[in-house]
Amino acid sequence: MNRRDFTALTGLAAGALWLPSYPSLAGNLADPAALLEPGLDVAAKKRLADVALNAAKAAGATYADIRIQRTLNQGIFTREKQVQGISNTESFGVGIRVIANGTWGFASTNNVTDAGIAKTAQQAVAIAKANAKVQKEPVKLAPQKGYGEVAWKTPIEKNAFEVPIKEKVDLLLAANGAALDNGASFVNSAMFQVNEQKYFASTDGSYIDQDIHRIYPTFGVTVVDRASGKFRSRQSLSSPMGMGYEYLTPQAADKMAGPAGSGVIGYKNSYDILEDAALAAKQTKQKLTCKSVVPGKYDLILDPHHLGLTIHESVGHPLELDRVLGYEANYAGTSFATLEWKKKNIPYGSKQVNIVADKLQRNSLGAVGYDDEGVKTKEWNLIDQGKLVDYQKIRDQAGIVGQTASDGCCYSQSWRDVQFQRMANISLKPSATKMSVDELVSKVDKGIYIVGNGSFSIDQQRYNSQFGGQLFYAIEKGKITEMLEDVAYQTNTLEFWGACAGSCDQRDYRFAGFFNDGKGQPSQSSAVSHGSATSRFNGVNVINTARKIG
Amino acid sequence: MAILSQTEAQDILKKVIGFSTADECDATLNGSLEGNVRSARNSISTAGAVDNVSLAVTSYFGKRSGTATCNQFDEATLRRCVQRAEEIARLAPESPEYMPLLGPQTYLSSPQSFAASTAGITPDYRASQMAASMQYCDQKKLSSAGFLNDQAGFVAKRNSKGLEAYQRSSNLDFSITVRTLDGLGSGYAATDFTDSSKFDAKNLTAIAASKASASVGAKAIEPGKYTVILEPNALVSNSDASLLGALMRSFDARSADEGRSFLSKKGGGNRKGEKLFDERVTIYSDPTNAEVPDLTFSGDGRPQQRTTWIEKGVVKNLYTSRYWAQKTGIPDLPNPGGFIMEGGTQSTADLIKGTKKGILVTRLWYIRPVDPQTLLFTGLTRDGTFYIENGAIKFPVKNFRFNESPVIMLNNLEAIGRPVRLNGNLVPPLKIRDFTFTSLSDAV
Repeated sequence: MNRRDFTALTGLAAGALWLPSYPSLAGNLADPAALLEPGLDVAAKKRLADVALNAAKAAGATYADIRIQRTLNQGIFTREKQVQGISNTESFGVGIRVIANGTWGFASTNNVTDAGIAKTAQQAVAIAKANAKVQKEPVKLAPQKGYGEVAWKTPIEKNAFEVPIKEKVDLLLAANGAALDNGASFVNSAMFQVNEQKYFASTDGSYIDQDIHRIYPTFGVTVVDRASGKFRSRQSLSSPMGMGYEYLTPQAADKMAGPAGSGVIGYKNSYDILEDAALAAKQTKQKLTCKSVVPGKYDLILDPHHLGLTIHESVGHPLELDRVLGYEANYAGTSFATLEWKKKNIPYGSKQVNIVADKLQRNSLGAVGYDDEGVKTKEWNLIDQGKLVDYQKIRDQAGIVGQTASDGCCYSQSWRDVQFQRMANISLKPSATKMSVDELVSKVDKGIYIVGNGSFSIDQQRYNSQFGGQLFYAIEKGKITEMLEDVAYQTNTLEFWGACAGSCDQRDYRFAGFFNDGKGQPSQSSAVSHGSATSRFNGVNVINTARKIG
Repeated sequence: MAILSQTEAQDILKKVIGFSTADECDATLNGSLEGNVRSARNSISTAGAVDNVSLAVTSYFGKRSGTATCNQFDEATLRRCVQRAEEIARLAPESPEYMPLLGPQTYLSSPQSFAASTAGITPDYRASQMAASMQYCDQKKLSSAGFLNDQAGFVAKRNSKGLEAYQRSSNLDFSITVRTLDGLGSGYAATDFTDSSKFDAKNLTAIAASKASASVGAKAIEPGKYTVILEPNALVSNSDASLLGALMRSFDARSADEGRSFLSKKGGGNRKGEKLFDERVTIYSDPTNAEVPDLTFSGDGRPQQRTTWIEKGVVKNLYTSRYWAQKTGIPDLPNPGGFIMEGGTQSTADLIKGTKKGILVTRLWYIRPVDPQTLLFTGLTRDGTFYIENGAIKFPVKNFRFNESPVIMLNNLEAIGRPVRLNGNLVPPLKIRDFTFTSLSDAV
């Protein structure tokens, strides 16, 4: 995760003029109309792709792929009653990856001409050959058949880029108004929209044209008590989604009530930003005066918006094979779940824990038809009844673990950057037997219901983690009793999943999404969703985070 | 194309301003050549290169503004880019925080921000530096993962009020994690230079290798409050949030005035002028510093000058947007690039010698905010954590999770060492008492 991206975005909104350095919006600022102009047609892309593949082969590459990518981003930023900034960026270019002398090489350019592409292909081969001299582990790619000319599109109902900016601004300002009317001192809101128009071709014979959409409306409400000098905040309970603007049309069936007495409302496949902003202001006011938690062991009931982040950090990352093998040792870290550890058959979690990886689920951020090295996407098991059964891997890793095919989870954030293994959607399966949130809470004697993802931190091998949240409610003798503050839980991954005592059923299942998951050097951002239903974890160590400064 | 001269850059910008029909027009040109190589398991994993130049034009009609960009520089494209910015400006809502563009400014000179050596780096240079690092680890029977990234470029600005700016910059970053083959020891080192001729990957790798070997067999000791020596990599980071970085990013005047910062004053206003840290804490920024040269102008054209943020523990200045400075009448100070923390003459080794009982921390990791009210952060130690007794390192210890505020940390100061360059800042190692570790981690 990289929340600094969001900070950077708000910095842009405050008027910074230089082009943003954060990856998800990297590109040239463009006007909104330009974002609707069609890019190159498929025939032109295929011709340019062949220029790259032929130039790479002529220069000595044994494998080559090219991504011709146009990425459109729109970000709208507001605070209280005003628009702070509207950012329209467009980025177009090509990234060419080759294997020469058994070594990867990569180069990219925004000069999308025959000459520019050929030169870039040659540069990628030159880089590969320079590094081949000191290379010890030649690249071995899992075989991949070519698919010929194929296409895939995110199944959106309403392209967010076609919605007039005024309509989006008005919605955000209305949400701000709802927060202010209900007691917010300050409110910042934003809407991010992404469209990746990605054309992939490789010497395996694939020519894949994809049109990928994502959307993320969000806000943060702050209430300040000037007299005491105390302030508290609550972030939106929306999720970034692999959807179009239809996500902003609230549907009653998508509103998920929290347990009785909490007043919490979560959201499934559509989001009511006005309702959430009003509730956020009321809840933030409550936070200023509610009870500070008594540290100790509690049974935790975690809502899907919160649990998604815990799944992300304690299952998604440690089961990335590049981390397991040591390729991320210098940055994101390695993993406790090594190949040797897997052989020991130590339980990852309780029998209730069934976790799947996929790149298919509709409305998820990870859904694509093919990954960025031309592999068709799929679903596969990672943890089956508490037991680790597999990892996430791409073409140059499959052979290392004795497998013959990639899982289709290779991704690059833009044409500028080389593709590598990224997290698929990682989701906790809901209970197969009927279980509502109220039933789940009713069996807890002393617990805390945690809503929304907040502060998060985990070590470089994914053992020790600490998570906060947006809202905390005490549970006593099966009932929600009052709001709490200053709550964070510290746990160990195996203890945490071992303490999983069950989940609600499919009716409560929904996504928590993350727009800017950071990994790699240079760091790249990717977007991923995690599905789960509200779940129970027994006997987790809760700390009190309140401090005093002078 | 990527690194244009001042004349080449300003010639393009003059044309752009000349095409403007708006009330005001501002243009910024950025270009850079970047290259990188990455290793893992003592072998090259990926490598790449990027070449890019782009122009951003912002046009203003009254309080409305619009921005457009392009990356082709023929006359027709430039003209179209300006027209597009003006079209967007006409459609944009008025900004109540609009500020007129700045007129001509006087900027400091910081020629050392660019080194031709860094701009001339080749794929072979990167491969040879990484090879020296990997060979060292091969010889020591250790496993390394490293990253070398170099960048050279320029930024140029011009506006219709006569503002003109240009500066070149370069940078080389290298970081290396070395692990023992059994996975029980890990060490880390990082460095950055404006001038790549000062760089030697093998020397830095030796530091990380030594920490890796020494950290095998870590003992578990109880979490709690400890005296710690935080090396510079535990205070700032080029790949993560950091305690000192977070502190300096919290010096925004508006957040403080609005009551939502640790610098907010109870009852209203901010805490500028108050002594909030130990009197030995002085932090300033200076874009002309020879060791950490920086850009002498900010993104909106304001001059970057030597500015003291904390002096002898007292909050001296807060940075601000131009709008907030005008509204509140405070000094109009932009957010600086890097910062310089004053220190003493002692090395980390000297600080260890002067410590009866304590913990040496090489690096902190996955640092995230817990409570903005107190600037409380959590995170973990990583890649070399050692127990100190009677002035010497006694044994490696298991990693800890901490929950600590840099505000509290800089009040519990025991000693300050000699500053070193890290991530564009000058940062000394710090000896801190009562640093709060809240749990143990099995991670190596």
